Amino acid sequence: MIRFDHVWKRYPNGREALTDLSLEIARGEMAFLTGHSGAGKSTILKLIALIERPTRGTLVVNGQNTNQVTRSKIPAFRRQIGVVFQDHKLLMDRPVYDNVGLPLVIAGVPEKEIQKRVRASLDQVGLLGRERSRPIELSTGEQQRVGIARAIIAKPALLIADEPTGNLDPDLAIEVMSIFKRFNEVGVTVLIASHDVHLIERYGVRRVMLAQGRAVDGGEAPVVPVASVSPMAPDSPPSDITATPPDAPLVLPGIRAD
Amino acid sequence: MKQWFERHAQTLVGSLGRLWQQPFATMLTVIVIGIALALPACLHVIVQNVRTASGGWNSALDISVYMKPQATLEQAKRAAERIRQRRDVDEVTLIEADQALAEFRRNSGFGDALNALKDNPLPHALVVRPDVEFREAGRVQGLTQELKQIDGVDIVQLDTEWVSRFNAILDVIRSGVLLAAGLFALGVLVIIGNTIRLDIENRRDEIEVTKLVGGSDAFVRRPFLYNGVWYGLAGGLTAGLIVAIMVAVISTPVQRIAGLYGSAFELEGVGAVGWLALLLGGAALGWLGSFIVATRELREIEPK
Repeated sequence: MIRFDHVWKRYPNGREALTDLSLEIARGEMAFLTGHSGAGKSTILKLIALIERPTRGTLVVNGQNTNQVTRSKIPAFRRQIGVVFQDHKLLMDRPVYDNVGLPLVIAGVPEKEIQKRVRASLDQVGLLGRERSRPIELSTGEQQRVGIARAIIAKPALLIADEPTGNLDPDLAIEVMSIFKRFNEVGVTVLIASHDVHLIERYGVRRVMLAQGRAVDGGEAPVVPVASVSPMAPDSPPSDITATPPDAPLVLPGIRAD
Repeated sequence: MKQWFERHAQTLVGSLGRLWQQPFATMLTVIVIGIALALPACLHVIVQNVRTASGGWNSALDISVYMKPQATLEQAKRAAERIRQRRDVDEVTLIEADQALAEFRRNSGFGDALNALKDNPLPHALVVRPDVEFREAGRVQGLTQELKQIDGVDIVQLDTEWVSRFNAILDVIRSGVLLAAGLFALGVLVIIGNTIRLDIENRRDEIEVTKLVGGSDAFVRRPFLYNGVWYGLAGGLTAGLIVAIMVAVISTPVQRIAGLYGSAFELEGVGAVGWLALLLGGAALGWLGSFIVATRELREIEPK
């Protein structure tokens, strides 16, 4: 699903964010990116969302070489990825409904269909009935979940999240993580950048440790997951999840597949 | 297709709602655009009216035909009769030499000096008024030529020089109005462009988020284009109202003046075509201004 092949990233200010990073995330896999701040976690996610471009090397996302995605193709490219941000990037002056439905409005989905899917999406994150609220009236944890609802509404095959639990207290963090876990269970590839080691250890999923812009642990091949310690962990081993056919339609509970 | 319309209608109404939320700022912009459009529109209305009014003077044009000094009254009457029968002549008035002299004596104050003259120095004269349908410069000129051929006629005087000069000046003013309109249109373009630029700056976060979740440049630009169209339309409407008010205010005094000159001249307003031009022109300028600015500015805004 994601393949970094000797990728370098140097920012205009001269900072080397990634130095010869090679990393592969399989389809249907769930993985954590860890490491100190400045290790390159955010850069990796920005490269995947084409917010930044690699300085050198190739990055293939969902079968597309990002070097070949021209500027005019970026919007269509981004529509196949769900992104969750640490600061959730919600439109504070718009109701939750508008925020969550935005990707579908962009995609030109009919209004009736949007209504249905916004409700289904909010149901997924436990916020059903909050359509008319403004993000400002919600708690931080609820705002983060609105961000997740927006990321998943277009049923992306890939979900990436940058410190999604960064601003949350431990209970809320677990709640948010379990939402990601549920999506992974239905076949969505999930990549989460987080420095919250304690939280990560609760989940028996792959960890990619970054330091000085390269993967120092877990980057080469999928690590065999340790026995699940989390109550949210799936009953079946992750290897079954990765076996999901690549183009199988995603059927999320509460979301009608079409 | 239905969805496409639905989307556009939504954006259209949505952008209107947005402008409505900031009534003061929107009003200021609309008034500035309105005034900028009203200035050339006013000039146009003035030129149009002057043209109509001077058209009235043009048609009041008479041709003076002076008989030769030695021509008899009989000859003058015969000439008058001949001219009267022409199709392109509406009316012929004969002014006998004695009558002219009496009038001159009365009006000029040279009474005593004229008494010293043995003979009447004034010839018989005819005042010829061309028919309405033949009151074009070329035809009147032709008529003048033919009048000269008539037996006993000495001088035919057609005082169109000043009218054509006046029309030439009017033409210059008209091109001036056109230039002014172009200049003000450019001004409107800049006003709307700048307003849209500020709008974009204010909604930077929203644009970034929209682009992050896959909104194309065209999608992000659309509401701003509609904003521009609304500004332009409202500006055109304001301009039309400004002109209408001005016409209403000065039409009474103008009518009084016209009345004093014995004319039924009435001030014309913008007219249906003028309104259409103001509204469509305003909307087109609004669209163009926002298109240029939004296309440029939105390219620069990329998520970080």
